Amino acid sequence: MKNKTKTIKPYTKQSFITYGILIAAFAVTLILVETGSISFMLQSLLVPLCVYAILAVSLNLTVGILGELSLGQAGFMCIGAYTGALFSILMQEAIPESAIRFPLALLIGGVCAAIFGILIGIPVLRLRGDYLAMVTLAFGEIIKNICGALYLGKDSEGFHASLDSASDMGLAPDGKVLINGALGLNGTPKDSTFIIAFIALFITVIIAYNFVNSRTGRAVMSIRDNRIAAESIGLNITKYKLITFGLTAFLAGVAGVIYSHNFATLQAVKFDYNMSILILVFVVLGGIGSIRGSVIAAVVLTLIPELLRETIGQYRMLFYAVILIAMMLLTANTKFKSKLTAYMSKLKGLVVKEKKGEVK
Amino acid sequence: MGFLSNLINGISLGSIYAVIALGYTMVYGIAKMLNFAHGDVIMIGAYVVYLTSVKAGLPPVLAVVIAMVACTILGITIEKVAYKPLRKATSLAVLITAIGVSYFLQNIALVIFGANPINFTSVVNVPVIKLFDGQIVISGEASTAIVVSVVIVIALSLFIKKTKSGKAMLAVSEDKGAAQLMGVNVNRTISLTFAIGSALAAIAGALLCSAYPILSNTTGAMPGIKAFVAAVFGGIGSIPGAMIGGILIGVIEILGKAYISTQLADAIVFGVLILVLMFKPTGILGKKINEKV
Amino acid sequence: MKSVKKILALVLAVVMIATCFAACGSDANDDKTDAKEIVIGISGPLTGSTAQYGLAVQNAAELAAKEINEAGGINGTMLKIIAADDEADTGDKATSAYNFLKDQGMQIFLGTVTTGSGLAVVNQTAADGIFQLTPSASGDDIIKAGDNCFQICFTDSNQGSRSAQYIAENNIASKIAVIYDSSDAYSTGIYNTFKAECTNRGITLVAEQAFTKGNTDFSAQIQACKSAGAELVFLPIYYTEAALILKAAQAADFAPKFFGCDGLDGLLGVKGFDPALAEGVMLLTPFAADAQDEATQSFVTAYKAAYNNEIPNQFAADAYDGVKIIAKLIEQEGITADMSAKEIGDKLKVAICADGFEFTGLTGAGAPLTWDAEGAVSKDPAAVIIENGAYKAL
Repeated sequence: MKNKTKTIKPYTKQSFITYGILIAAFAVTLILVETGSISFMLQSLLVPLCVYAILAVSLNLTVGILGELSLGQAGFMCIGAYTGALFSILMQEAIPESAIRFPLALLIGGVCAAIFGILIGIPVLRLRGDYLAMVTLAFGEIIKNICGALYLGKDSEGFHASLDSASDMGLAPDGKVLINGALGLNGTPKDSTFIIAFIALFITVIIAYNFVNSRTGRAVMSIRDNRIAAESIGLNITKYKLITFGLTAFLAGVAGVIYSHNFATLQAVKFDYNMSILILVFVVLGGIGSIRGSVIAAVVLTLIPELLRETIGQYRMLFYAVILIAMMLLTANTKFKSKLTAYMSKLKGLVVKEKKGEVK
Repeated sequence: MGFLSNLINGISLGSIYAVIALGYTMVYGIAKMLNFAHGDVIMIGAYVVYLTSVKAGLPPVLAVVIAMVACTILGITIEKVAYKPLRKATSLAVLITAIGVSYFLQNIALVIFGANPINFTSVVNVPVIKLFDGQIVISGEASTAIVVSVVIVIALSLFIKKTKSGKAMLAVSEDKGAAQLMGVNVNRTISLTFAIGSALAAIAGALLCSAYPILSNTTGAMPGIKAFVAAVFGGIGSIPGAMIGGILIGVIEILGKAYISTQLADAIVFGVLILVLMFKPTGILGKKINEKV
Repeated sequence: MKSVKKILALVLAVVMIATCFAACGSDANDDKTDAKEIVIGISGPLTGSTAQYGLAVQNAAELAAKEINEAGGINGTMLKIIAADDEADTGDKATSAYNFLKDQGMQIFLGTVTTGSGLAVVNQTAADGIFQLTPSASGDDIIKAGDNCFQICFTDSNQGSRSAQYIAENNIASKIAVIYDSSDAYSTGIYNTFKAECTNRGITLVAEQAFTKGNTDFSAQIQACKSAGAELVFLPIYYTEAALILKAAQAADFAPKFFGCDGLDGLLGVKGFDPALAEGVMLLTPFAADAQDEATQSFVTAYKAAYNNEIPNQFAADAYDGVKIIAKLIEQEGITADMSAKEIGDKLKVAICADGFEFTGLTGAGAPLTWDAEGAVSKDPAAVIIENGAYKAL
């Protein structure tokens, strides 16, 4: 007998387990930091960990929920990082209080990334499969390339921009170069802290869970599972795809802002397609569609190579590659999957038998 | 004269893209998969050429032949181990696996050959051509790349039109199921496609690193992606299309660098990909494929 | 699918617990390693396209420390060199390399090797108050972040203006082109001051061509220089790209004079590079391994003996001098191994720029080096030309 409470319950339980794990991990880390029993290197990794986890969760919305492979995640991160950092540098004197400035920067970075996400999404989402993946990769590289060639300065006459060189802008002597081409931005205030980054991650996870369980989320999943059927019952495919794409871009933009406020310098070259692929690796290894898995995979896969810096440093990506191929062969291969399921049910059968045949 | 020189440089770079694009276009046409690792097979090919010609001192032609054999074996192995089990899987799964293979090749090269880039010694020994009193100079590497790519395209077109295996390839690319019913061994045909594509990758690797003499584990990545753009531009699945697409992308890249901005060349190339896919998704010589329900 | 996920979740959970233990294990490093040793940390590219620099710095520093330790240390205190690979990264790899060194008990920072990585960590080193003496991060902004950072190499602005001055005063060429790396702080820094100095002297640059990291095709840039009729191409870049540019120039049958800065040092050490291409290339460098003075000769002999007959470049010389400078300061200030990085930093940052402190070493052509309070060193670059595959002083 199924009733309403029963159908919602497992889902709510899942999300609350994740919230619990996150809060517990946060509390433990905070205690370790406060008592000074954690190395400097681990401390410097706390913010990037949250950033990668946010990116993985947000990409999972596109890959897992929408079912389309996007290789342009780093591009959205780049937009967020640039706009957020630019805002903070410009407003450093107008809003000296970072508690007000930084949330604004987060919002601006996220919104700018979302706008780009939707603008790019309109043409891109008409494509599917490999072409969609390549075009998102292309857009990501274009964003990186243009940000990397952009010179922006400000003097008493206002803003000056160039795509050639800093001297090409013709700044007055009192002018200040804000974005110095491929050298990027310098002097971003270090507003990112572990606590803020964690709060952002926590909110991201809440948004993700609620999105998946919302009316919109279910519509998106129905498009993923059978586009033609979803279309035939009158779902506006483009609208739902754009919402998902925009949300993914927004969250990636927020992650970019946190990333940029963690270092004094910021360069567009960081946000190349390898970064996008790295995040995809987190999503795939954490389990496509599993939000908790994305967080755990992002944290574990970022920590391992850093902690084993001296020993597996150069083998890190080799290790990822092998696991990535193995995962795909194991999960996407129908023959193996049916064998594994049969084996698992047999195993379950044994356990149940031992418990003297509990009634289902 | 400056324009002509740039044009020649563009055609020479484009010819290398064309040879790489052939591998993409054949595999995509027949296995319907984006072999993301193709660029990295080029890198492995270049390393084999480096080891055999520079380290072991073998003559260049022999070195390239050995590299072709090595890459063929590599290509077939990759297909058997990583792609064949996923023949029925979603394109998402196949693409992620291909990315995994690409990462694997890049990092195995990193472990074996180290992170320090090698300065590649050119294997091309063709005299320089000087035109207009030396105002236009065509290096041996450039003329070789152009000639080799033209020869390959002609040979490949003939192979597909005239031989039984070539016709089988065409049949599989048209309709896998029907081809199988007509007695074509689909698995063997796909393996053959990977073999040819990988052998071409070895040639591309030798040409690429002779013209731009630096070799590291990521050498093949960017040219690979640009060659994919070229394949899409020319019309994926079409062999003359890959040639035309490759040369156009090479020329666009060099002229973009020379006359627009040296820093925006990549953005221009990727911009071309997006425009093509938006307005003529089947490329210049591609056929329209209707989506099946 | 479900079951696979469960297995994976379990595996990941186990790994996570394991990493937690690993994390606890590394805490042990926070303790002072040995009461008798002062730990000097190096952060530089030990792999990648500028690896020659990081490895040279590491090798030379270890050589210098070994010589000091074998002679009985500094009043019995030994030096220990530790190194971390920052891959010349400008973001998280640079900061995590620095933090790794801190976790290993670093008390004095002989880094970073490259300017880009340096800019990523200088704010943190200033906040930590650690004494930072960089052998080769020549960016002008490196020493501006705090009062704790000093350079052994001359600054980029110095290199740029000195290059322009040298070219103009010796009438080497009047039509000058530049090819520079707009994605590199070092290269852009030199380009800007070079251009400014050329403008001052009424020299116009006939072509200014940029490229970004990872670019391998230089045919368009070379063509632009050739079309502009450049007699000299100024290359304020690193050796890896310089090798490609020289090859592209040869392919275009373009043979101007090439002039570079210390980034070209290492060109002859590129594996597989045809030294004939580098014939006639001029560069400014503070150190030439063929100099006949005794200090240089004994250093080169010792370095070759220790490292596979490799000829040391100026990065090695700067790092060797760096360790010797630190040793001199330690002796003078009575630094002991049990002092914290901050305590040492507070003393050394005053001592190095105090009146009367000077150091004569391999670099600086025999003249003593002194430092100003900002952190810049006073020394003059010397010009060398590559002839028959070796440096020759000009």
